[in-house]
Amino acid sequence: MTKSNGASRRIILKGGAALAAASTVPTGWAIAQSKPLKVGLMLPYSGTFAQLGENITHAVEMYLAEKGGKLGGRDVQFIKLDDESKPDLGPQNAERLVKRDAVDVLIGTVHSGVQMGIHKVVKESGTLTIMPNAGNVALTRDLCAKNVFRTSFSNWQPAYAMGVHLAKKGVKKASWITWDYAAGTESGQGFKEGLEANGGQFVSLLTLKFPETNFQPLLAQIQGLGVDAIGAFFAGGGAVQFVKDYAAAGIKVPLCGSGFLTEGTLGGQGAAADGIETALHYGDGLENAKNTAFRAAFKAKAGREADVYAVQGYDAAQLLAAGLEAVKGNLEDEKTLYKAMESAKIDSPRGSISMSPSHNVVQDIYLRKVTAGQNKVMSTIVTQLADPGTGCKI
Amino acid sequence: MSLPSFLAQSLNGLQYGLLLFLISSGLTLIFGVLGVINLAHGSLYMVGAYVAFVVARATGSLWLALPVAVLSGIVLGSLLERFLFRFFYKREHLDQVLLTFALILLFEEGRSLSVGNDFYSVPIPQALNFSIPIVEGFSYAAYRFVVIGVCLALAAALFLWIERSKMGAIIRAAAEKPEMVDALGIDPRRVHLTVFAVGTALALTAGALNAPLSSVYPNMGDNLLIISFVVVVIGGLGSVTGAFWSALLIGMIDTMGKAYAPAVAGLAIYVLMAGVLLWRPSGLFGQRA
Amino acid sequence: MTSDTRLLPHSRNGWLMLTAGAVALAIAPQFLPLYYVELGTSALIAAMLALSMQVLVGATGLVSLGHGAFYGLAAYTVYLVSPESAAQPMWLTLPLAMAVAGLAAFLVGLLSIRTSGFFFLMVTLAFGQMIFFIFHDTKLGGGTDGAYLGKPLISAFGATFDLPRRQRPLGIYYVALIQLMLMYAGLALLLKTLFGRALEGIKVNEHRMRAIGYDTYTIKLIAFTLAGSLAGAAGHMWALHRGFVNPEIVGWHQSAEALLMILLGGLGSLHGPILGALALTGLGEATQVLTEVSKAPYVPEKIAALLRLLGERKLLVEGLVILAVVIMLPRGLAGIGSKRLDKSGGGHA
Repeated sequence: MTKSNGASRRIILKGGAALAAASTVPTGWAIAQSKPLKVGLMLPYSGTFAQLGENITHAVEMYLAEKGGKLGGRDVQFIKLDDESKPDLGPQNAERLVKRDAVDVLIGTVHSGVQMGIHKVVKESGTLTIMPNAGNVALTRDLCAKNVFRTSFSNWQPAYAMGVHLAKKGVKKASWITWDYAAGTESGQGFKEGLEANGGQFVSLLTLKFPETNFQPLLAQIQGLGVDAIGAFFAGGGAVQFVKDYAAAGIKVPLCGSGFLTEGTLGGQGAAADGIETALHYGDGLENAKNTAFRAAFKAKAGREADVYAVQGYDAAQLLAAGLEAVKGNLEDEKTLYKAMESAKIDSPRGSISMSPSHNVVQDIYLRKVTAGQNKVMSTIVTQLADPGTGCKI
Repeated sequence: MSLPSFLAQSLNGLQYGLLLFLISSGLTLIFGVLGVINLAHGSLYMVGAYVAFVVARATGSLWLALPVAVLSGIVLGSLLERFLFRFFYKREHLDQVLLTFALILLFEEGRSLSVGNDFYSVPIPQALNFSIPIVEGFSYAAYRFVVIGVCLALAAALFLWIERSKMGAIIRAAAEKPEMVDALGIDPRRVHLTVFAVGTALALTAGALNAPLSSVYPNMGDNLLIISFVVVVIGGLGSVTGAFWSALLIGMIDTMGKAYAPAVAGLAIYVLMAGVLLWRPSGLFGQRA
Repeated sequence: MTSDTRLLPHSRNGWLMLTAGAVALAIAPQFLPLYYVELGTSALIAAMLALSMQVLVGATGLVSLGHGAFYGLAAYTVYLVSPESAAQPMWLTLPLAMAVAGLAAFLVGLLSIRTSGFFFLMVTLAFGQMIFFIFHDTKLGGGTDGAYLGKPLISAFGATFDLPRRQRPLGIYYVALIQLMLMYAGLALLLKTLFGRALEGIKVNEHRMRAIGYDTYTIKLIAFTLAGSLAGAAGHMWALHRGFVNPEIVGWHQSAEALLMILLGGLGSLHGPILGALALTGLGEATQVLTEVSKAPYVPEKIAALLRLLGERKLLVEGLVILAVVIMLPRGLAGIGSKRLDKSGGGHA
């Protein structure tokens, strides 16, 4: 307790010095601005998604360091909270940050069930929130909010692009296999729409309980479906097991999927993943100066290679900076703040991105093919793809 | 529904059912003889899978991992019985429930601290890493046949042990009339220790055996614990024979449900359980409720 | 057996302390920051759940692992009748949630009460999970991610209190507190009746009760149904408090947590579960304090590391606490200092 008081006093003194230097700042809200900006990081630091939470955190901190530790002229103080990926604790954990710690900005989270809890709280409190991963479509559709933005993806986006790619390649019929949870069924819906919009036929959605890995009853059906391709959404270890079981089952129908099927899992999948095509907003061998610099800096900071989650976290910080700079750190000026974030053009390691009217990221979706243990980017399937944002009124 | 796909699904159901048997036989034995329900039984399955993963990662050999898992099960089971469960046989149900609930938390945290929270896959031994085509367009990994074989062998050994050995006779007696063991002048502590160690070892073996097919991940035993309860309730508490047939039945129903009626698959086994309870409240092979 | 039920305070001092506790709970929010008021509401809701379970565990000697499912089911009932687009008044949502939870408990009870002991435990667990899967695997309740609902309007005797946003947490706190007090008072009265006496008789020796002519099946079924609908009141309150439902609130861990609260607070009293619920909620906050303490400059590195570990590992702390309590304090916190009661209804026959 004593320590944190001391720390904040130091920061206030520092802020005061900054104020003296920049005498053009109007004094009315200058005192408020001299306080550090409290940014709550509500992310999984334990549990299955711990590494995702850590990568997002590293990337956010990295961007802040690049900016000299200030956003919109204000010092930044991070308050980290482990959400444990527990949806039933989501509302309470969000309230810890929003009400107890009174954060100005909340960045989080990974798990979409927890995100629902955060969303409920911040929609009421009006706290500026940026989602660095969770992809539930509803949050930028009928449940959208003026103070909530997303720099990652909607579950619909990559799968939609995969559907487009298959149909254009001449695939007539396809099915989608996934876990029976929001991310799974929403991606299935995207796949269906992408396929059907380009003349393909969606045959069926095959599901099993999350996070079960007994895929056998589903795999044994595939031959009987009469499809030309199977699309899949699985992530993490479930994806490893699925791809291996698919190969072991000797199924002739080619497998493709949303990019998470082969993201961070190729080591475990080995040869079973060779040649699988997936669609995602990031990939290996993406050549642009921003990406090269980003990957080098991330490796120096975190001691491991950057991944798509790190990119999403980095862009969450970039988007926040764009907003804060427009209002010079004054979060009270909501209108200007949101306007600036809505119209921001961000130079992301994944390419250029922007925000849709419903505050979801608009981005290129790439076709990747597993080659020599990498998700090699082959081409761009859809440029600047936006989620339909159906039902959003901001 | 075509015949080949039905055959393939039957094989899937058989394999799943046998796995359920390994887990639920330990649960039912421990209940039948000791009168404690172990909510941490699913965690023991998880421990077995992680033991297999850790040994296989360190030595590169799943063949070594299996016996290590069996031995760990015997040691872990003995320790748990000797230093914890022994003092809880006469305690209230609530205490036993909470003790084993605490064990779930501690096993999961121990796993998290020692191995971490990542999802890991366990490679199938090189010699078995091939598939056997069984029907058009669907092959079966050879390792799955090995799992089926090992499960059947273990089931046979368990039956022989219970039906033919002296310890088995005592166990059968204890499951029906606990006071008889005391009357026979047998040291009940030895019986308790043996049964607990065997039950635990069965759970760890199941986890280790299935690790290459399921991968290892946090809370992997949770769902299996609940299904094993259903198996035990349907089969009859304390009945290993009941657990066997009930496990196969549930394995088949669950697999066929997933394949042919996914909308109701999740509920099917509970409806079956409700039906059995209405018809025979003590289970199909149960002696007493 | 004394003439009065052993679950209630035995002396005037006991009642005085209970009243003092109630008064403290009533005035505390006036002095607390908003966040702690909301935390208090969570604790009161947990207390309602634990208290409803005490009807089974402490009063009747039934240990159910399906109890949390009725709590979650009630929260989902609120969602189904009062979605975000059309919030309904509380005089409608509360009785409905209690009725649905009670009905589900009645149906599960019909089957499960035919069994006893651990068989009962497993059957209630399995039926509870069945309810969980209904919400987890189907679109009925919004699927795995859960769904938002309209916070039911606080209303009484036809008047609706539409509190301004800043006062709403206070309003909900008091609604929860009043419900908890009513629940306690109602159960205290019930336990003094012949019915309460019959429950206690069943807990002590069911065979004897049956032998002297009591229909123990029906009595247990009534208790199970009552407990289920009271859990429904708690679940309704959760929905009112959070405005959000998620399948996790239906899961069996909720039942285990409620049992834990009873154990912490003590099996032998009706107020024990309330103490246990407050203590467990406090424990959740305390682990956070450990992390804060570990950052202080004068704490040696090794101790700081241990504190950080415990602060980050809430479940580890919880597991160790349960283990310590079941091993060392079989009568719970409320049993510290009091003489050991006779063992009742214990053990496996």
